[in-house]
Amino acid sequence: MTMVADGAVLPLPSRRQRQARLTTWGLAVLLVVSSLASLSMGASDTPFWSQMVTLVQGKELDRVDRIILFDVRLPRLVTALLVGAALAVSGAVMQGLFRNPLADPGIVGVSSGAGLGAISAIVLGAYLPAALLDQAGSYLIALAAFVGGLASTLLLYRVATRGGQTSVATMLLAGIALAALVGAVSGILIYMADDTQLRDLTFWGLGSLAGSTWTKVVSIAPIVVICVLASFTLARGLNGLALGEAAAMHMGIPVQRAKRGAILCVAAATGSAVAVSGGIGFIGIVVPHLLRLACGPDHRSLLPNAALLGAVLLLGADMISRSIVAPAELPIGIVTAVLGAPVFLYILLKRRNTLGF
Amino acid sequence: MFRITSHITALALACLPCAALAAEPASDAADLRVISVGGATTEIIYALGAGDQIIARDTTSTFPPEANDLPNVGYARSLSPEGVLSLEADMVISTENAGPPETLEVLDAADVDLILLPETYTVDGIADKVTRVGAALDREAEAAALVADLRDTITAASDIAHARSGDSPPKVLFVLGTASGRITAAGANTGADGILKLAGAQNAMTGLSGYKQVSSEAIIAAAPDAILMMDRGGDHAVADDDLFALPAIATTPAGRNKRVIRMDGLRLLGFGPRTAEAVHELSRALHEGDAQ
Repeated sequence: MTMVADGAVLPLPSRRQRQARLTTWGLAVLLVVSSLASLSMGASDTPFWSQMVTLVQGKELDRVDRIILFDVRLPRLVTALLVGAALAVSGAVMQGLFRNPLADPGIVGVSSGAGLGAISAIVLGAYLPAALLDQAGSYLIALAAFVGGLASTLLLYRVATRGGQTSVATMLLAGIALAALVGAVSGILIYMADDTQLRDLTFWGLGSLAGSTWTKVVSIAPIVVICVLASFTLARGLNGLALGEAAAMHMGIPVQRAKRGAILCVAAATGSAVAVSGGIGFIGIVVPHLLRLACGPDHRSLLPNAALLGAVLLLGADMISRSIVAPAELPIGIVTAVLGAPVFLYILLKRRNTLGF
Repeated sequence: MFRITSHITALALACLPCAALAAEPASDAADLRVISVGGATTEIIYALGAGDQIIARDTTSTFPPEANDLPNVGYARSLSPEGVLSLEADMVISTENAGPPETLEVLDAADVDLILLPETYTVDGIADKVTRVGAALDREAEAAALVADLRDTITAASDIAHARSGDSPPKVLFVLGTASGRITAAGANTGADGILKLAGAQNAMTGLSGYKQVSSEAIIAAAPDAILMMDRGGDHAVADDDLFALPAIATTPAGRNKRVIRMDGLRLLGFGPRTAEAVHELSRALHEGDAQ
């Protein structure tokens, strides 16, 4: 690698850097194309392009067409972009921080915490005073998932931090303990749940973007955008950490600050993503691995490219999920797993000897 | 030139829906395009003679058989907003648990009427559902006739069933599933509990509410005379041998006499137009052994 201690690079761009830049441009174009495709297709065959012309001419759309375009497809598109970017970047950051190719955002406890929050809201929500329930409405589950995810990460962080130093290994192990505890509490709630609630739980776990609304977009967009951008500034620290904590420290990287930043960014971004979309797997693992194969492990290009590819992939998965069984919808977590698992396996088999960090 | 042509095409396309709307006469209840969600809902709409107004149904709507040919909007709790809108329905008639709320909001914004039918597992509950569907589809007269007929036939069936049972109503355990040997049974406040009451039987699991996993000891203590299950394939179709091999079941009177009754799930638990048939069938099956 051409990197030196202060993170500066030698003037001549390497082959990998050129490749990374090319990938970024390619993904950006793909993002625009798939966004337009996503807006133009759906269960209803409203003529998208002629609608665009109508809009450009300043005319009014048919009311139902307007609802489909602006209140169903558009918030869904934005949600897919935000969630895809959040999950992919979080995965890349976690794999860098834990120096473990299998790390995903769930490793800092955010998924189990969010799951517990969602389950609690689904099962116990019925016991809330009706007035409060009317107010919170459909956002109760999202809110509970977000709070649960963040709370469990903060708890793990506190447990793993001694004398100003966070032990990544302790955090990993404490995360396993917490997941077991959360599993037990979830079990109690599942036992209490009635039939309908059980179906709701199952569907929540499979993930869906069908419930995307502008309110949800507005509530997660600032968090996801800030966290994704902030994680880009961690790239140099993560590059250093790849050599080990001691080496990174000797390189002058503020290791503790990088760790804290990474954990908080991931918890907030993943927490928001899971809150609006439920359990969507594999984006956080497959995307960073694909990009490392294509343009190397440098986090300065890996993180932005992961955001783009994550958004594109989730958008594609969402298009499949809402068109394959139309007018019904296949939960998107099924689509990402069906697409992601074979790709992951392929990477493993192909790069069995070279897959490293 | 191309631009002008495409503009004209675009305009023409954009105007199509309006033209179609203008051509139609003012919407009459008999012309309403209806999406039916819930097995019993669909049965009721067909029974009221409005089956041809249904343009789509949910996964649980499998009767009458022609309902299976309609597009399927999926499971009632996870309706897709665009999927439902794409069918251009005027009305969604559904069981009360339709969702998610985000989809219902979109339907509301698009002026699709949403009729939710509350569920109580009694004759009054069925009558209420039929009346509401009749009012929504402007078929009050048909609904009133159907309600009167259903009340008569169900009450008659229930009277016969209670007469058969006499002072010793059989204790019945409704088993929803036996996944990995753990038995999920019906407690109070379930369709199974409701139909057992109508059929002059006693629910063996009275101490719990809803469908719950129950311990082997609780089943042994309940000592059911018969097991009732849904006959609809999948994991519900547990072979009799496997069922009676379960230690919890084997020691009960039902296990000793190998008495299991399997009935069509929708007819048994739907609380719709076929409930009288279900009461007859269940009662006959329960007392079949008495004669032998």
